[in-house]
Amino acid sequence: MNQTPLLQVIDLCKSFGGIQAVHFVNFDLYEGELLGLIGPNGSGKTTLANLITRFVKPSKGKVLYKGRPIQHLPPFEIVRLGIARTFQMVRPFYQLAAYKNMIIPLYSPRVKKIAGGEYGDRNAVALDLLEEVGFERDANVAYKPAGALPQGYLKRLELAKAIALQPDLLILDELFSGLSLAEVAGMVPIIEKLRLQGKTIIMIEHRLKELFRIADRVLVMNYGETIANGAPKDVMEMDAVKNAYLGSE
Amino acid sequence: MKKRKERIDRGIKARSGDVFTLCSWREMLYLAAPRLLPIIVFLLLPPLLSVYWQKVLLSLAVFALLSISWDLLSQSGMISLGQALFFGMGAYLSGIADHYFGLSPLVAIPLASFLGGAICTLALLPVLRLRGIYFSMVTLVIPLMLVRIIEATRIFGGTEGLTGMTPFPSKWIELYLVITVLLCLLFGFRRMMASDYGLVLKGICDNDRSVTNAGINIYWFKAQALFMASTVGAFSGAFMTHVYLFAGMPVFALDYSILPIAAAVVGGPGSFAGATLGAAILVPLSELLRGIGGLRIVFYGIFLVVFIVALPEGIFHYARRKYHQFERWVEVEK
Repeated sequence: MNQTPLLQVIDLCKSFGGIQAVHFVNFDLYEGELLGLIGPNGSGKTTLANLITRFVKPSKGKVLYKGRPIQHLPPFEIVRLGIARTFQMVRPFYQLAAYKNMIIPLYSPRVKKIAGGEYGDRNAVALDLLEEVGFERDANVAYKPAGALPQGYLKRLELAKAIALQPDLLILDELFSGLSLAEVAGMVPIIEKLRLQGKTIIMIEHRLKELFRIADRVLVMNYGETIANGAPKDVMEMDAVKNAYLGSE
Repeated sequence: MKKRKERIDRGIKARSGDVFTLCSWREMLYLAAPRLLPIIVFLLLPPLLSVYWQKVLLSLAVFALLSISWDLLSQSGMISLGQALFFGMGAYLSGIADHYFGLSPLVAIPLASFLGGAICTLALLPVLRLRGIYFSMVTLVIPLMLVRIIEATRIFGGTEGLTGMTPFPSKWIELYLVITVLLCLLFGFRRMMASDYGLVLKGICDNDRSVTNAGINIYWFKAQALFMASTVGAFSGAFMTHVYLFAGMPVFALDYSILPIAAAVVGGPGSFAGATLGAAILVPLSELLRGIGGLRIVFYGIFLVVFIVALPEGIFHYARRKYHQFERWVEVEK
C-alpha cells in the first residue's frame, strides 16, 4: 500500500446550532483501501461524507485529497478531482429511463477529460455500465423509467452513476440499506471487483456482517466523534464500540 | 377475412421511449404529420386572414415565444414569474437603438435580443442559487421595480415612453419574421432538450444535487438556459417595439408574465409544442371575447379554470397520448 494518504481528514467539525454533528474527526485513508464507516443512527457518518464532498460546509478543520486542501472547493470541483459518492436516499432522475440517468454523469467534464476530450457513444457506455452493476441486458430493465424501478435496482443505478465518473475515491452511503439478503449478496462482488480495479472506497454501512467481510479497516463514530479505528475484528472487541451499539450497563 | 383492432404505432415503436423503426412512407407519415402540421398552418395561414386577424396571429406568435421561453426555464428548474422583464428589456433596448442611434429594426432587434438576454442573465445571476418560489419572487419584483425607476427618474421618455420607431418594410416581413423565429425555436429547443445537454438541464429540474454530484456546475448550466430564455423574451419585446412603434412603461406589464404561464399550463407544461398550442388557444380566445365587454376577463378566467381542472396534464400531452393510442382495423392472417 502506498504510504502517502489519498485522503486526510484533520480536526473536521460541523455543528448545526448547538448540536455537534461531527466533532474533531481525524483519519487517513490510503490508496486501494476499503474503509468501513459505522456507528449508531445519528452518529454523524453521513454528515462526515457530506463534509468530505462539501455538500455541507465544515465549521472547522481540513480535508486533504492527494495532499491538497479541498474543504473550500464547491462540490462539483471535488467530483472533478476524483471523489464520487452515492446518497443514502437514492437520487435518480425519476422521469428518465434508467440508462438515460447515466447520461448525466457521463456528460461530466471529468469523464470527458479522462476520455481525452471525446465522450463517445454515451448510450452504449451507459448500458455497459448498468450491465456491470447487475442490470440484465436482455430484461429491458435499463429502458424503464427510474421511477418504475424497485429499490434494489435504484441502488444499483446510484452505484453505476458514481462508477461512471471513474473516481479514485468512492464514498458509498448505506448502499446495502433497504436491500434483501439476496440483493446484498449480489452487490458484494461488485464492490470487490471495484477494489480489484484499485478504487479506494469508504463504505458507510449498518450491515456489519457483509461490511466486515470486505473492509480493511473500520472507523466507528458515536455522537460525532471517532471512538475506534482499526481492523474490523479488533474494533468490535472494544468496550467503547460495544457500549455505543448495545448501551452501557 | 377476420379483422381486429391494432394500435397504429404497433410494430414501429422500438423498446425505448422515442425510438422508432420506420419501414414505409405511411409509417414515416405517422411521425411526421404532427410535426409538419404546425409548420404548414403557420406558413399558409397569414394570406388567408384579414388584417385584424393577421395582427392577432402576430400577437399569438409573440406570446408563444414568451411561453416557450418560460417553458425552457421551467424545464431547467427555474419557475419565472417575470417574462415581462425579458420582454420589457428587449423592447426598451430596441427602442433606444432606434430612437437615439437611428438603427434599423433589422439591426436593432438582434442587438436588443442578445444584449437584453445578457443584461437579464447578469441581473438574475446572483439569484440562481435560489430555488422554487424564492427565485420566482425575484423575477416578479424586478420588472415592477424597473417601471418605478423609469417613472421616477423620467429616463427613456419617462411615463410617455419612446415613440416614432421605424416600422418594418412590409407587413409580410413583420409576420413571417416572427413566424420563422417561432418555428425555428419551437423545433430547435425541442431538439436541444432531447439531446444529452438537454438531459442535464432536465436533470437540474428533477434533482439538482444529483447533477452536482456528477461534477457538473449547475449554476453555469442554469445561466446558459437563462440566457437562452431571456434572449427569446427580449426578441419578443424588441420585435413588438417595431410593430407598436412605441416602447414605454406598459412593456413591463404583468400580462407579459402571466399570459405565457397560462398558455404553457393550458397547452401542456414541459413541452414547447404545448406552450405554442396554449398561446394559439388563449390569444384568439381573448380576442373573440373582446366583444362581450367587461365580462371578458370573467369568461376568460372560467375557461382557464375549466381547462386546468379537466385537463391538468395540458391539451398537448392529452392529444399526443390519444394520437399514440389511435387504433386501426387490420386483417388477421389465417
